[in-house]
Amino acid sequence: MVGLEHYLILSGLLFCIGMVGALAKRNIVTILMSIEIMFNAVNIAMVAFSRYVTPTLLTGQIFAIFIITVAAAEVALGLAIIMAIYRARETVDVGKIDLMKW
Amino acid sequence: MELGASIAFWILAATSVMSALAVILLRDVFRAALFLVLTFLAVAGLFVTLRADFLAAVQVLIYAGAIAILIIFAIMLTRNVQSGNPSNRLLGAVSFLSAILLAAIVYVALNTHWPQAKEAPLEATTGPLADFIFNKYVLPFELASVLLLAAIVGAIVLVKEK
Repeated sequence: MVGLEHYLILSGLLFCIGMVGALAKRNIVTILMSIEIMFNAVNIAMVAFSRYVTPTLLTGQIFAIFIITVAAAEVALGLAIIMAIYRARETVDVGKIDLMKW
Repeated sequence: MELGASIAFWILAATSVMSALAVILLRDVFRAALFLVLTFLAVAGLFVTLRADFLAAVQVLIYAGAIAILIIFAIMLTRNVQSGNPSNRLLGAVSFLSAILLAAIVYVALNTHWPQAKEAPLEATTGPLADFIFNKYVLPFELASVLLLAAIVGAIVLVKEK
């Protein structure tokens, strides 16, 4: 019998995997993909709460829809920034994007 | 019915975790992006097991469709084959910190008394969701549309040739 705890632990596991990728990778596109995994983990937790705690109010699902909207805006802007950086510096390695590092 | 839902949950959970690990462990960024699509699809399946039919469709359309295509475009346009997908020198410390965070999450999830509702979940969520978004949550909805417009304009300005 699968319950709320199963979904919360799965969500935490995905969030931690995404966090390792976001903090420990050098490729900027991989960092963006890891952030998307973290968004998905949060959405799983939201929808699980919506299913088990407020099944008729759907609050968690509405929250998840807004998270997806913000994630879409974030990925469009992030990839535009990546393209601009790549055009200027010919690299996607965050270790080499150090113009503002003193 | 219950047994089928449990089996579906375990298969989808294993798929999503394995493919998320593949995203951060594979050397080839393009293959990592394909595993990212698999993660998105597994999460859409998890939404189905949670009776969120509209969100599952949105997940497939927006994540597995639009966002995955955008990411694959970016990889194709910035591909640097020989550099691969390396980690920086923080990998050990970050893995350790994430393990601690995961242990804390598991502890909290198992030891909190969650207030669980007794009533059955809605059969179809699309109509009620529309009701909520266009009545009770109409201001956040309008703000989200403005945010999307600003993001699109910003993205166009950023990638435009000078």
